[in-house]
Amino acid sequence: MVAFLIRRILGLVLVWLGVTILVFSIMHLAPGDPAMIILGPKATAESLARLRHELGLDRPLPVQYLRWLGNVLQGDFGRSLQLKRDVSELLWTRFRATALLATAATVIAVAIGLTAGVVSATRQYSVWDRAAMLLALLGFCLPVFWLGLILQIGLAYRLPVFPVSGMNAPGQSGFLDTLHHLVLPAVTLGIGPAAVIARMTRSSVLEVIRQDFVRTARAKGLAERVVILRHVLRNALIPVLTIVGLQVGYLFGGAVLVEMVFSWPGLGLLMVNGILARDFPVVQGAVLIVATTYVLVNLLVDVLYTLVDPRVRT
Amino acid sequence: METVKALPLTKSRRASLSAWQRFLKDRWAVAALLFLAVLAVVLVVGPAVAPHDPLKTNLGMRLKPPGTPGYLLGTDELGRDVLSRLLYGARPSIGVGFAAVGVAMLVGVPIGLLAGYFGGLLDTVVSRIVDVLLAFPYVLLAIAIVAALGPGLFNAMLAVGIAGVPYYVRIVRASALALRDQEFIQASRALGAGHGRILFRHVLPNALSPLIVAATLDVGWMITAAAGLSFLGLGAQPPQPEWGVMLSDGRQYVGVAPHLALLPGFAIFSVVLALNLVGDGLRDALDPRLRGVTAQE
Repeated sequence: MVAFLIRRILGLVLVWLGVTILVFSIMHLAPGDPAMIILGPKATAESLARLRHELGLDRPLPVQYLRWLGNVLQGDFGRSLQLKRDVSELLWTRFRATALLATAATVIAVAIGLTAGVVSATRQYSVWDRAAMLLALLGFCLPVFWLGLILQIGLAYRLPVFPVSGMNAPGQSGFLDTLHHLVLPAVTLGIGPAAVIARMTRSSVLEVIRQDFVRTARAKGLAERVVILRHVLRNALIPVLTIVGLQVGYLFGGAVLVEMVFSWPGLGLLMVNGILARDFPVVQGAVLIVATTYVLVNLLVDVLYTLVDPRVRT
Repeated sequence: METVKALPLTKSRRASLSAWQRFLKDRWAVAALLFLAVLAVVLVVGPAVAPHDPLKTNLGMRLKPPGTPGYLLGTDELGRDVLSRLLYGARPSIGVGFAAVGVAMLVGVPIGLLAGYFGGLLDTVVSRIVDVLLAFPYVLLAIAIVAALGPGLFNAMLAVGIAGVPYYVRIVRASALALRDQEFIQASRALGAGHGRILFRHVLPNALSPLIVAATLDVGWMITAAAGLSFLGLGAQPPQPEWGVMLSDGRQYVGVAPHLALLPGFAIFSVVLALNLVGDGLRDALDPRLRGVTAQE
């Protein structure tokens, strides 16, 4: 187990270094000179050259990369060109909002997906099964930004049950208020992964339910509920776990779009505004944080996987 | 002698026929295919049958609901005809998905083929790069690439396509890796065939089934992703009639004119749903395991 973990973490460090090189390179390929953005179009060639020197932009790219990486490792992501604030401070505040949204969406996705998948599999070919799988197909194909708008129109404008947008009402910052604001964005973001989890759970449960040990459990006279919960689900959930891990990537990608619909003040919104304003330090930092989170979550899933299924360790 | 000659032909005909027949048995997939055929007609004749100029503004007719005389699907915030904009917008909105899949395949397939077939250092390097690219959520990678290229429909198409490359490398690499040591490849090598011939005449055709299925399903995803980039202001730009742009513009008016956001979104959803149904149908029809079962029967 320890050897597996060490091997996995070393692999992760290499991948993460690759991620940093890619993020750095992409932003340096982008058109636009950061010095020009800071000083504006009226800047003289002399002042531009001075600022480029101060920012280290006149150095070779590998040197710039190492300097940037060194700073990142110390938690320094530079300064926002547009907002004139420390990027790390901005990232931290925004990351918390995105993490809250993604976590709530994951809970919703797992709750709906598992329930629908188990109900479908245990009542195969019934009306419930067909309805759940039809809904899963629809949920799978719904563009997340469109679903957000539909929910917004239905449950915020027409039936004003939830707030239209934002994370808190003006002048409020309580948990319940945040929760109230969180419902629509989290449901929007959670529906797609719920559909994927439902399909995976159904096929996984169907595979396990036909195995001999399940027949034995039934033959022993165990109640069907106990057979499903204790014997079938425990084995069927192993592949589902991988899918949940992979969906976290979707959640962070989709969060950008959901944050835009609901003006949720997360990393995605910060990133898009950063791109439009050519605020490279912000974009670089936001992309790196999301990719790092994705890599770490996948490591966590791998570790959980080995705990649940010891065969993977070898 | 005749039997020996006829056997492989009959078998292969049976296999290909049965794949098509299996597809035809999937009613949803066939209905979706018919829908896509109708859509193809719309793509060709849409602009010709559009009742209005999609860019012509008419401030006296702002935000009219669907059913307004002369404006079947209503008008937008500038009085432009929504139906005409949807018809004109179909080409860029759907075309971007096909073009992006083309980009992903054009780059990903040769790299995957070479890495899987030759193995060694090339495979190691390619696999590590793919690992790094897959460490980014798909939409995030597309956003990062479009950040470097700059906003625009063409750049959004490139970004969505490039972000899809690692998936195609993986699919084709796995097929090439499984095929390279098979007997028919070794036989071909023993007969003096060069690497190019083996790769493109033997390995690639045998790796096509998973590729076709992935491409069909990915067109839908890439249409959604490109529309998403336009929705964020990073893809097609106003006033171009493109479904993602229309959705983004309509977002400002969801309280008073919900049709502006609902209609283009429904158009995207229908196309993606149809492509998924066809992709699922194709997957079931082309599944080599299923085909194996049929051939033995």
